[in-house]
Amino acid sequence: MTEEKPARKRRSLRFVALVAIVVLATVLGLSLLMNIFQRKQEARNPFFRVVELTDDTVDPSVWGKNFPLQYDDYLKTTDQVRTRYGGSEAEPRTPTQADPRSVVAQSRIEEDPRLKIMWAGYAFSKDFREERGHAYMLDDQTFTERQKVAHQPGTCINCHASAYVAYKQLGGGDIFKGFEALNKMGYFEARKIVTHPVACIDCHDSQTMQLRVTRPAFIEGMRVLKASQGIQNYDVNKQATRQEMRAYVCGQCHDEYHFSGPEKRLVYPWAKGLLVENILAFYDEQKFKDWEHAQTGAPVLKAQHPEFEMWNQGIHARSGVVCADCHMPYKREGALKISDHHVRSPLLNINRACQTCHKWSEDELRARVETIQTRTFKLRNLAMDALVELIGDIKAAKEAGRTDAGVTTAMDFQRRAQFYLDFIESENSTGFHAPQEAARILGESIDFSRKGQVALRGVVPTITR
Amino acid sequence: MFSRAQLIPGMILGVGLGLAIGVGAYTFVYARGYSYMTDNAEACVNCHVMQDQFSGWLKSSHRAVAVCNDCHTPPGFVAKYATKARNGFWHSYYFTTGWFEDNIHISSRGREVTEQACRKCHQDIVQAIEGPHPEAKDAQTSCIRCHDSVGHLH
Repeated sequence: MTEEKPARKRRSLRFVALVAIVVLATVLGLSLLMNIFQRKQEARNPFFRVVELTDDTVDPSVWGKNFPLQYDDYLKTTDQVRTRYGGSEAEPRTPTQADPRSVVAQSRIEEDPRLKIMWAGYAFSKDFREERGHAYMLDDQTFTERQKVAHQPGTCINCHASAYVAYKQLGGGDIFKGFEALNKMGYFEARKIVTHPVACIDCHDSQTMQLRVTRPAFIEGMRVLKASQGIQNYDVNKQATRQEMRAYVCGQCHDEYHFSGPEKRLVYPWAKGLLVENILAFYDEQKFKDWEHAQTGAPVLKAQHPEFEMWNQGIHARSGVVCADCHMPYKREGALKISDHHVRSPLLNINRACQTCHKWSEDELRARVETIQTRTFKLRNLAMDALVELIGDIKAAKEAGRTDAGVTTAMDFQRRAQFYLDFIESENSTGFHAPQEAARILGESIDFSRKGQVALRGVVPTITR
Repeated sequence: MFSRAQLIPGMILGVGLGLAIGVGAYTFVYARGYSYMTDNAEACVNCHVMQDQFSGWLKSSHRAVAVCNDCHTPPGFVAKYATKARNGFWHSYYFTTGWFEDNIHISSRGREVTEQACRKCHQDIVQAIEGPHPEAKDAQTSCIRCHDSVGHLH
């Protein structure tokens, strides 16, 4: 009796342990089965059309019902993350009646006050902040101080809002007519007819989801560019390849532009080509100036984010790598391969953006990019110093009452130096899109500034154009 | 054979064990576990992670002469299945948990296996390149550093 009891107890303990193990094994086995089942379901590529999209559906949240994965990523462009030379920092501010924003990006003109001298007399010298994500494009344009110091035209809306349906409404179905009408409006009048920042419909056909260009200015810009290369009547929506379209939909807005004539028509200056000298030659021919420099009176130009032009000069473009390959790389959601609609710096997404082609570690790839950017940034600083010194010299000469040919030549050089420098300064890659081209442009800018200074001192500089 | 007192717990255990084995066996078949014992390249795309590599291989120069196992497992029955077991475990682990990057990279051990696999077939030419006195193993000429797309891109 006394011996049997512990033996029985041991046996039942062993039994309980065994049952527990079997229970655990079954639970693990079943959850693995569930997981495998789930993975197999993922592989089926389900698509549920829950709403009917039309060519007039602007609201991206409606598109998001059919394409929730893309929409979720699209919403993430509200992030504010820095990279070494780019990206925005979230700066808190007290909202006011006139400007309800509680967060803005850091001020670039406070970071580098030389910009205020370069842009003296132009609205950008009053307020210029680091660009934020797509989600902010409409608000940041609506509430910038630039609206208060200058009268802005409706033309801005072409690229600061989802404008496709607005074009159609204004033009009675014809986007080109709508485009003409929009350009002629005042900014706040035009602001009333748009509600969203760039949305699905600006790049996608609502029925087929195919990429398409919806900006008349880009359609015209590509037509004159191709004409300059000997291709007549180019239609970007009919003749571009699928891969080209993955650059062109971004190129609709990320390029240099100007407001032509009193009707402030948006025109991309590509009739002579995409190089900085082609663009400047176009402006010279048009006798176009953005404003008169407040310190020197020179007829100067403001370059604006020529990403499309600069990318075209780089090795990635030569290799057929387009904007979306790095800024919207493919990602996996379950078994689905989708392009990442969280448009952002590839430096924040090196695995997907770079490592698809470049078999190096993330640290190595980041170091390569930052090396290019550091070199560009150093050159940019040299060019900025040179320009500020030229402006100072012209200003002093004018104050001394000089009106001779030396001053006129120096002012012409200021126009050149300033446009070349701004072409890289305003371009959002700190040289990465085309490193050697960026260095060449900055080198020429420094040369123009110094030649302007020399001209003021009575030397006639050699001009190679 | 059993006393009455043992019969009931024994039955519970028997049913439980049977259930566990049944679930296990079903999972094994449902997940096509047996396919991993073969050399069939399609086994490697049972889960979709390797789809790009598989599609690349279908179009590659080595498609006609080598399957996944020829380049990604070492020679010899034991070494081959040990590698399969090891890789299989970690692949399943990461795929089940989802803790992996989109652009997957070969491990350094896997790279070494593949590097040696080139020499299975191309020994003569590799010897001619490396000369009669090949250097230490870690200083060996790497085939796949340059020929990285012969099996598949990416």
